[in-house]
Amino acid sequence: MAAPVVVARGLRREYAGVPVLVAVDLEVAAGDCVVLLGSNGAGKTTLLRVLATLLRPSGGALQLFGHDAARRPAAVRAQLGWVGHETGCYPDLTGRENLRFHARLHAVDDARIAECLAWSGLDGAADRPLRTYSRGMAQRLALARALLPRPGLLLLDEPFTGLDADASARLVGLLATVRAEGTAIVMSTHDPARVDELSPRTATLARGRLREGRA
Amino acid sequence: MIGSALAILAKDLRIETRTREGLTSIVVLGVLLVLVFSVAHDPTPSEAPRLAPAVIWVTFTFTGLLAIQRSFVVEREQDCLAALLVGPLDPAALYVGKLLGNVILLAAMQAMVLPLTALLLHVELAGALPGLIVVLLLGNLGFAALATLFGAVAVRVRAREVLLPVLLLPLLVPVLVGGVKATAAVLAGEGLAGATQAIGMLGAFDVIFTTAGVLLFEQVVRD
Repeated sequence: MAAPVVVARGLRREYAGVPVLVAVDLEVAAGDCVVLLGSNGAGKTTLLRVLATLLRPSGGALQLFGHDAARRPAAVRAQLGWVGHETGCYPDLTGRENLRFHARLHAVDDARIAECLAWSGLDGAADRPLRTYSRGMAQRLALARALLPRPGLLLLDEPFTGLDADASARLVGLLATVRAEGTAIVMSTHDPARVDELSPRTATLARGRLREGRA
Repeated sequence: MIGSALAILAKDLRIETRTREGLTSIVVLGVLLVLVFSVAHDPTPSEAPRLAPAVIWVTFTFTGLLAIQRSFVVEREQDCLAALLVGPLDPAALYVGKLLGNVILLAAMQAMVLPLTALLLHVELAGALPGLIVVLLLGNLGFAALATLFGAVAVRVRAREVLLPVLLLPLLVPVLVGGVKATAAVLAGEGLAGATQAIGMLGAFDVIFTTAGVLLFEQVVRD
């Protein structure tokens, strides 16, 4: 049986002595979809950034893909996809140029770029600068960027912010295809109803602790 | 690592050639500084060449600070740095790519500002040019090696416009002293042979801080 994608035990994170994550336990298997809920400042972004190896935990243990994330960060980063509050793409480059740049870093071929552009419905706008994209298009480009290397774990921080109902529905449809291919998804949102179609597990962060289910 | 560094460089140059924001702002500042220095001092034609090394290096320092800050703002906008760090990219490759981009941008600025300095300060460039190019490139590399490292520190804080000069300028003193001395010797017709000590200082600074940048950049850009 394959190792779980995420195994977090007693994860802690402090900022200048102020605890944000107190003792977070989380286990995510391949193909799982976990939605993190919680009020503003509950620590959702912090937890996602710790899982993405962008922040070091102050304590506890984190295993990703069976590797200790602190000891073998390079081995786990190659299998992560990240979409934060911003797109992570350069506004002065076209959609295709943005993907080509990240493809080069991940040693991904041009066929995969074309596949990701077609999958995200951006092939018609691929040669326009990102700054001319709508919020929904930019978010789909961010998702295409994150999925270029076929990650085993996709981390999304508030992916529906600023999207209208149609753009949200389209994004949920794309996430459903990603999940169907076996990619685990962990995302934060203030609006869990938008992802009901994915039948996700929900977990709520409150006072630095994570509890399964909605508050 | 080299492939990733070249990808970062190519991306930065593509953005710069498309927007011209970095080059335009530093060239405008550089031309302005040279004009102000030459008008403020109003030197006689015989005195003017002695002023040139100071004008060249002060102009280079101020424009360089502007260029370095801009190179990291590009990564901060849209949180592009996080997208780079969640992936297999070696931070040392990011450092080398950024360093090369900054060296090229600053060299382009020098190529535009130097002839203007020579014109306004009556400097005879023809014989001194090969030696001057060597001195400017050595100083450029040393400045960019240190500034790229500290630029990555400064971009993470709110008061980055203040923090970068405060952190950087004291450490740049050896580059500036070496650069001014070597430039003065070359412009005085002594050639590189007349500035071996200053050239050695610049070369040593380049090696030390480029190596430090490659080794330390991961600690700087990651939490």
